[in-house]
Amino acid sequence: MGRKLIGGFLAAVLAVGVGAQAASAETVLRARLDSGLKQLDPIWTTAYVVRNHGFLVYDTLFGLDENYNVQPQMVDTWEVSDDAMTYTFTLREGLKWHDGTAVSAEDCVASIKRWAARDGMGQKLMEATENLEVIDENTFQLTLNQPFGLVLQALAKLTSNVPFMMKKEHAMTDPNEQVTEVIGSGPFKFVKEEFKPGVSATYVKNEDYVPRSEPASNTAGGKVPNVDRVELLWIPDDTSAMNALIAGELDYHEVPAPDLVPMLEQAENVKVEIFDELGNQTVLRMNHNQPPFDNQKIRQAILWATNQDDSLRAAVGDPSMYKKCGAMFVCGTPLETAEGSEALLAVDQEQAQALLKEAGYNNEPIVILHPTDDVVISNQTLVTAQALRGIGMNVDLQAMDWATLVSRRAVNKPTSEGGWHIFQTWFNGPDFLNPVEHMAVGATCDEAWFGWPCDEQIEKLRTEYAQEPDPDKQKEIARQVQQRAYEIVTYVPLGTYFAPRAYRSDRLEGLVKSPISIFWNVSIRQ
Amino acid sequence: MGVVAIFVFFILHLAPGDPAAVIAGNYAMPEDIVRIRTQLGLDKPLHEQLVTWLIRVMQGDLGDSIFSDMPVTTLISQRLEPTLWLAISSILIAVVIAVPLGVLAAARAGSWLDHAVMVFAVFGFSVPVFIIAYALMYGFSVELKIFPVQGFVSITEGFLPFLRSITLPSLSLGLLYAALIARITRASLLRVLEDDYIRTAHAKGQSEGKVLCLHALKNAAVPIITVIGIGFSLLIGGVVVTESVFNIPGLGRLVVDSVLQRDYPVIQGIILMFSAVYVIVNLLVDISYTFFDPRIRY
Repeated sequence: MGRKLIGGFLAAVLAVGVGAQAASAETVLRARLDSGLKQLDPIWTTAYVVRNHGFLVYDTLFGLDENYNVQPQMVDTWEVSDDAMTYTFTLREGLKWHDGTAVSAEDCVASIKRWAARDGMGQKLMEATENLEVIDENTFQLTLNQPFGLVLQALAKLTSNVPFMMKKEHAMTDPNEQVTEVIGSGPFKFVKEEFKPGVSATYVKNEDYVPRSEPASNTAGGKVPNVDRVELLWIPDDTSAMNALIAGELDYHEVPAPDLVPMLEQAENVKVEIFDELGNQTVLRMNHNQPPFDNQKIRQAILWATNQDDSLRAAVGDPSMYKKCGAMFVCGTPLETAEGSEALLAVDQEQAQALLKEAGYNNEPIVILHPTDDVVISNQTLVTAQALRGIGMNVDLQAMDWATLVSRRAVNKPTSEGGWHIFQTWFNGPDFLNPVEHMAVGATCDEAWFGWPCDEQIEKLRTEYAQEPDPDKQKEIARQVQQRAYEIVTYVPLGTYFAPRAYRSDRLEGLVKSPISIFWNVSIRQ
Repeated sequence: MGVVAIFVFFILHLAPGDPAAVIAGNYAMPEDIVRIRTQLGLDKPLHEQLVTWLIRVMQGDLGDSIFSDMPVTTLISQRLEPTLWLAISSILIAVVIAVPLGVLAAARAGSWLDHAVMVFAVFGFSVPVFIIAYALMYGFSVELKIFPVQGFVSITEGFLPFLRSITLPSLSLGLLYAALIARITRASLLRVLEDDYIRTAHAKGQSEGKVLCLHALKNAAVPIITVIGIGFSLLIGGVVVTESVFNIPGLGRLVVDSVLQRDYPVIQGIILMFSAVYVIVNLLVDISYTFFDPRIRY
C-alpha cells in the first residue's frame, strides 16, 4: 500500500512536470544575472544588474556595435555643424513608449539632462554644453560652448550610467530620487505586478517596438524581441544555478562561478562561451591621501611588487580565462598601449624594496580592505597582501563584506579614524575605454574616485582628450595619460579576466555578443 | 517587542556599512554617496532616526525598503508564504518520521532497532543540511528529473506543482528536525515508561500499543511539543541555507540580502515580526501543555 502511494505520488508529480512543459505555448527565456534586481532606476544607481534591466526596458539614442563604433539607435539622422559645435538629432518615426504615447524630442532632452546630472561623462558633456533645446516634435539640438569630441560616444555609452531615454514626466524626477514607474520605449515591457525585489523580474515582448533594419550588433542594430517573456531569476547559490541550467530550468547563466565552469562545459546541451572579448579589468587602488601612499615612490614600489599572473591565477584559475595586460584603456581596443607598464609587467621585488628604502618606509601598518564575500576580489587581495609582505611591508589585512568595503573606502581619513590604504575591485572593460570614462585614471584630488589621486597634468590631458575630435590625436593623448598615470600610479591594473556565460544551446539561438546580457534577437528553439 | 525594536535599531546603525554606498554601486563617486545619504535621511542624528521609525512602527507602518522603495510589509508578505509552507511541511515530515521512530526506539530500548534509530538521529543531526539538500537535488532533480532543482510555486497555482517545489526542501529540513524530535521522544518516553501507572496499565492487561500511545506518549508529550514549537519558530525565523540552495524566496533570504546591503528598515521590520512569531508560538506551546498535562495551570 505504502509503495503504491509513493509510486502514485511520484507519477503524479512527474506528470505535472512534463505536462507543464508541454502545455506552454508562450516562449519564455529564464536568465540568472550577476545579482538580484532590487532597484529599477538605472540612472539612480550604477549597479550592473540595473543597467541590464535598463537595456531591456529603455532605448538609447545611439548604440555601440561589436567594434565599439557609435551607431544610431533611436536617432534616425543627425547633423554636425562644420565647426563641430552644434549637433542636431532627429528621432526615428514610430517610436512609442510602453503606454502607447509617442516618443518626443522633449522626452529625450529631459532624459539627457537627468542622466548627465549623475554620470561622469554626462557631466563633462554638460560642462561643454551651451544649450540643449527642442527644435520640433522629433528634433533636438545640442550646442557646445567649447569643443567636445565625445558627444556621440557619451550618448552611446553602454556602461553605467547609460543615457537611457525616459518619458519626460519621469525624466523630470530629481536625479537623486528613484523613478517609481518603469515605462520605456525599449524592446521589452516591465511587468510591475510580477516584480519581486531580489527574487524575480518579468518582462514581456513590446509588440509595438520598431527595430532598426540593421542586424543586431552589441547595443547597436535591430533590437528584435523574439521571445514572449524574459524572466530574470535570482538563484543565490552558484551550484543550484548550475544545476538549474543543466536540468533545463534556466536558459542563461550570466556569471557561473569560475570553479564550476569545467562542470558546465561537460554538461549536455550547455554551452560555455565568452561574450565579452574585452573582459574585466581588475584594479588595485591605493589611498593617495594617506601616508605612506602619499609618497609616489611607495606607490611605484607596489607597481614593481605586484604580479598579474599570480593575481589572475588566484582569481579565476584557468589560464585561458585571463590575460596579462598593462593597457589601462583595455587590451584589444584602439587606445591599447603598453606605455609606462614596464614596471608592472616586469615584477621585481628587489626594485620594489629599493624604492621602499628610498622613500623611507618605516614599517607602518598597511591597511588592506579584504572583501571575503567576493571570490575574485578576495583571492586577488590575498595575493596582493602576500606580495607586500614579500617586500617587507607590514600588512594589516582587514576582513569584511563588500557592503562594509564600499562604505569604508569612502572614508577619506587616517587609518586610525577608519581610513584605509588599499582596496581592490574590477570593472567591465568598456567602463575604461577612454581617459574621460576611465574613473581610475581621473586625478581630481578630493573629487576623484576613492583613493583621491591629484594631478594637474592628467586632468589637463583628459580635458584635451575630451575636446579633441581627431581619433589619431586622441590616441596620442591617451598614451600620454597612461604614461603619466603609471608614473604617479593612480592605480595598478592587475590584469584582465574573462567571465564566460553559460546557456542552453538546445534552447537559445541568436545570442548577441556584448559585455552586457542582451535578450533581444534571441529565439527559443521549438 | 519595544526593547527588541530599540536594540535592533542601535545594533544595525552602529554596525559598519552604509546602504548609501551599496546603492551608489562600484562606479559611484564619493559625492554620490553623500547625496544618497542625505536623500535617505541617513545623515540625520541617530536618535532622530529612531524616533521617526518608532512613531511609524506604532502606527503599523514598518517603513519602506531603502533599496526597492517598496513597503516592508509588502516585502514580508511576498516572502511569507514560501517560508510558512516550508516550516509547516518540514515540521510535518519531521513529526511523521520522528515520533513513531522515537516511540519504537523507547519501546525496544537497547535493541538493534533502538540503535538504528539513534544512528539515524546522530546522522540527521550531524550532516550539514546543505549536503542533504545537494544530494536530494542531484538524485531527484538533476538525475531523475522528478522534482525541480529550484524555485517555489504558490499553492494558488496548483497543488501538485506546489508539492513538487516544496518536497525536496521540506525533506532536507524535515530530516534534520526528525533527528532532534526522535531523540527527544525516545528520551522523554523512556522516563515515563518507568512510572508506576505504566506498570499498572500493563498489569491491567492493556496492549503495548495502547500503553505506549494512550498513556505514555501523552504524558511524555510536553518536551516533544516544546521542541516542535521551538523548531517551528526557528523555521519561520528563516532557514537561509535551504532557501538559498533551493532558491525558495522566503524570509530567511530576505533577511540575509537585507543584512548584506544594510537595508535597515527591512531588517528591523523582519526582526520585529520574528519576535512576534516567537512570542505567539511560545504562547501556543504553553497553552498546549494544559491539554497534555491537566496538572499544569496558569
